[in-house]
Amino acid sequence: MSIPNLNTVLCGIKMSNPTVLPSGFLGTSKSLIKRVADNGVGAATIKSVSFKAREGHKNPTVIPFEGGMLNAVGYSNPGAEETAREFSNLKEVPIPVFASIIGTEPDDFVRVVDKLSANEFSAIELPLSCPHTPGFGLLAGQGTPESTGKIVSAVRKVSKLPIFVKLSPNIPEIGNLAKAAEDAGADAITAVNTLGPGMIINIEARKPILSYKVGGVSGQALRPVATRCVYDIYESVKIPIIGTGGVSTGRHAIEMIMAGATAIGVGTGIYERGIDVFRKICLEMEIWMSENNYNSIHEMIGIAHE
Amino acid sequence: MNEFSSFDQPVMMKIDKIIDESNGTKSFMFRHKLDYDPGQFIMVWLPGIDEKPFAVSYLGDGFFGITVLERGKFTKLLHKMEPGERIGIRGPFGHGYSFPDSIKNGKGSVCVIGGGCGMASVTVLIEKLQENNLTILMGASTSTSLFFKNRYKDITLFTDDGSEGIKGYPTDVLEDLHNQHRYDIIYTCGPEIMMSKVYEFCKKHDIQFEASLERYMKCGIGICGQCVCDGQMVCKDGPVFDLQALSKMDDFGKYSLLKSGKRVSLNEYADWRSC
Repeated sequence: MSIPNLNTVLCGIKMSNPTVLPSGFLGTSKSLIKRVADNGVGAATIKSVSFKAREGHKNPTVIPFEGGMLNAVGYSNPGAEETAREFSNLKEVPIPVFASIIGTEPDDFVRVVDKLSANEFSAIELPLSCPHTPGFGLLAGQGTPESTGKIVSAVRKVSKLPIFVKLSPNIPEIGNLAKAAEDAGADAITAVNTLGPGMIINIEARKPILSYKVGGVSGQALRPVATRCVYDIYESVKIPIIGTGGVSTGRHAIEMIMAGATAIGVGTGIYERGIDVFRKICLEMEIWMSENNYNSIHEMIGIAHE
Repeated sequence: MNEFSSFDQPVMMKIDKIIDESNGTKSFMFRHKLDYDPGQFIMVWLPGIDEKPFAVSYLGDGFFGITVLERGKFTKLLHKMEPGERIGIRGPFGHGYSFPDSIKNGKGSVCVIGGGCGMASVTVLIEKLQENNLTILMGASTSTSLFFKNRYKDITLFTDDGSEGIKGYPTDVLEDLHNQHRYDIIYTCGPEIMMSKVYEFCKKHDIQFEASLERYMKCGIGICGQCVCDGQMVCKDGPVFDLQALSKMDDFGKYSLLKSGKRVSLNEYADWRSC
């Protein structure tokens, strides 16, 4: 039996395997993206960038728990100009790199897109779904079909790159929101952002551990919710889905693909299994596919719907 | 709770004792077991205030301590605390100092260089090297900033202003000392400018070298990317790096990231950290 082929094509972007580094994990510098590429990731997303630099929330910003992780980093980033400098000459990176762009008003997104226009990003991701940063995502009302539509249309006008819209698992009838993004010109849906927000209290300190008190839930606790969201979205739109949420093994990745994902985000899995989690997942997928007579990713996308 | 000796989430621990080390430097002791390798760090949480990384400077059977220079808002608050009050500890995290075969079982010559509060990161290491031919050098800006000077029998002190010990830097005497002791390895923790000088010295003389880097940290567990130094995560791959690793890190001795992730010169970074 031949080795199964993990190649996947996402909005015309060729990837050697379906794993994607989601925004917010290790995407602070080109050197780290290269390191993740060396560890087998198929494509990587940079840390979300706003027009102006942001310091984010105070520490603690990330805290693991039995079911995954809680984070409220608060979109710290050095701003669009610095980011453009850091990620110049992306040809040095052997994988496609996606720019995650944030803003408060549609114009803010456009200004960042403009600053990054000379960089060789393969796609733009719009995370309109952060649950813990005032002025952005859910806290700015960006998770409604109207607001999502406006932001996507504004970015569509100024960029020819594929646009991914990252949705919140909190949204009821997430398929409708995905459809609104598709109608406004989105090329793919990233599903999902972190859940919640949630809270972890240290009972001896009698205080929430995160400085922002609440944070987005990722990892195992999120995974069944994320899989269901991907399943729902697959029934509502024609554009591809990047299934993200709690995937840390090859079995999880295949489950997400069967729900309808073309590519798979792996973030919290880095904490659980190390930076080479991408290579581990790919190997596990190959073994499983080989044992179960699947030759390609394409054959498995959405087959849980049949 | 006592059966655990490393912690994913902060555990509130009672301050057992506070030791005044020198002007503006105090050690906080905890009666708790800690599974700690020299050079690793722990995250110290003041609930509702902030969380910062510290090296462990005292380690024994069922106790450990950290040594803290009063510098910013966080350390001021920590310095106001009394025995019996509790602070949060998670960790230990990261990759500490290693012990190459050349210095095992008391063989070999070792030099340990501590600069300023970097001295706190090498104390547990020094205790593990008592069987070796060991040189301890400590530098600080001025006499009152020296601490742990009475903790070791043989320690050579340096101050920038000459107010105590030898006027100048530990690096000034390395050539002579190496001629005398033929070091197998040099360990250091202190200002990065000093550490990069020691690095150059070790490279030139083909001596093994390990340095503990300091970068602003957030997660402490190798996932956020805040403390990146040329593809290495200081919190997870470090904070201790050897000569081979450092030779691939162009930012070493030159650049560091501010809280926003903006990469700046070490001087600009130091100005931001000291306020």
